[in-house]
Amino acid sequence: MKNGIEIRWHGRGGQGAKTAALLLADVAFKTGQNVQGFPEYGPERMGAPITAYNRISADKIRVHSNIYHPDYVVVVDETLLESVDVTAGLKSSGAIIVNTPKSKEEIMPHLKGYEGRVYTVDGRKISVDALGKNFPNSPMLAATVAVSGVMPRDKFIGEMRASYQHKFAKKPEVIDGNMQALEVAFDVIEQAMAQEA
Amino acid sequence: MAIKERMSGNEAVAFAIRQVNPDVMPAFPITPSTEIPQMVSTYIANGEIDTEFIPVESEHSSMSAVIGAEAAGARSLTATSSAGLALMWEELLLAASNRLPCALTLVNRTLSGPININCDHSDGMGARDTGWIQIYAENNQEAYDNFIQAYPIAEDPRVHLPIMICQDGFITSHAVENIELLEDEIVKDFVGEYQPEEFLLNPGKPVSVGPYSVSNYAMEAKKNQEDALERSSEVILEVAKKFAAVSGREYGLFEEYRTEDADYIILIMGSAAGTAKEAVDELREQGKKVGVLKLRVFRPFPAKEIAQALKGCKAVAVLDRCESYNGNGGPLGSEVTAALFREKVMIEAVNYIYGLAGRDFTVSDATGVFQELEDMVEQGKEVEQYQYIRLRK
Repeated sequence: MKNGIEIRWHGRGGQGAKTAALLLADVAFKTGQNVQGFPEYGPERMGAPITAYNRISADKIRVHSNIYHPDYVVVVDETLLESVDVTAGLKSSGAIIVNTPKSKEEIMPHLKGYEGRVYTVDGRKISVDALGKNFPNSPMLAATVAVSGVMPRDKFIGEMRASYQHKFAKKPEVIDGNMQALEVAFDVIEQAMAQEA
Repeated sequence: MAIKERMSGNEAVAFAIRQVNPDVMPAFPITPSTEIPQMVSTYIANGEIDTEFIPVESEHSSMSAVIGAEAAGARSLTATSSAGLALMWEELLLAASNRLPCALTLVNRTLSGPININCDHSDGMGARDTGWIQIYAENNQEAYDNFIQAYPIAEDPRVHLPIMICQDGFITSHAVENIELLEDEIVKDFVGEYQPEEFLLNPGKPVSVGPYSVSNYAMEAKKNQEDALERSSEVILEVAKKFAAVSGREYGLFEEYRTEDADYIILIMGSAAGTAKEAVDELREQGKKVGVLKLRVFRPFPAKEIAQALKGCKAVAVLDRCESYNGNGGPLGSEVTAALFREKVMIEAVNYIYGLAGRDFTVSDATGVFQELEDMVEQGKEVEQYQYIRLRK
């Protein structure tokens, strides 16, 4: 794909990496872009490693293959760092975002010498603090938008509020928690980026 | 005004079904088509459509129920994949030979074994001689557009045949992409009310469906069925023209992408066509004369039209997402080479098998194929005429 960005998500079945990829496609669509969000299934079972993908572009997207040279990689489950080559093909001009309580320095040795930017986000803590439960989807989605710059923060937040209001019409009590998780994760990335600058 | 949306291929087809509001939908779930009956039953439960949904205990029964409903005079359909279609085999033949214009939305998945849930065309190709019209889609948009055109094609008095609307399992069925939808009223007007000429629930005009036929007549019945399938291609084109008038999107029996002056052409069907087009654009920038012929209508097979479209090129690569187990090539490879011979178009034609059971097909796979065609023609390289792409060594 010539114009636009490609993102690869690594997670385990049942953790919501696929849902996060579809949510990102959704929110990017709402900001007027061409999108693709799709999962790659191995054996369908909880806990098995799964991969999901996004293409986001101003142009019409025609390619229907998996993504081998992503601009960004998101690791929803850090235990995958041991079993999956998550940085395979990842562009050094891009970045990897890992859901972990560990620091960037602690994660680096597991990334096979990846030379691009590395960000860590404690998705579990952010989610538990905001929602009382471990749903790392929302924080990882916000972190991905923040790192990739695929859309401005205010636009992303506005669209996500609208889509949560629709999605959780019958349990509005979880909307604020989800919004908080997004904001906190966005802050974490923005602070990390500010330190780099 | 087109409605801009984003949907998966399954959502798009379910939405088209909602807009068409058919009379009867029996279905049995199977990955990756399960979401379609699931979503349609949600539309029904919400009172958005009044389709009669029949949960059945197998695909053998779902197609049997489709046949019964369609013969009774109801616009009917089902959805399935893979082994589900295989289990319908006997009924597929009955639907076609009884000239019942029902529809089936097929989400292509490989047939066992090894057991695998991912895409190839072996289910659809297994049904290639059952007498159904088969139309394949590159993306969610085409799956949606093709479904809306399904009944106007199938129910045309010149056709009266069942129609299968196919899309690639997971690759398009589960991928969310941008799509333009038509308004409900436009779809309703386009598809119209079903007016069967002869049907079982018509007390004024009793008919028999599916009686025994003695040898004195059976052969003519089969030839009539074949004639109808051949006639359907002109109806497919007429319906496409009317569809273009309401949607702005044009369809033919196949799409020719940058083939006008092409020396080398990839002939391909389904979602991988988009990937091949990307390769064409890359190679065109390097000055290579390459193009893609994307087959949309596999049944009836547009043999003459394909041969004529390939006439000007030096070599064609025919890509099959299915193995035929005949020792001689895939289904498209066999039919395209036969078409070329009959039309006396004597170009090189290499048959590649790709993407079985979900094996990925990439832009560089497509550029590799073009390179091989060029090396064969220009350097005299010996190329295996029937070979696999991306096979593990």
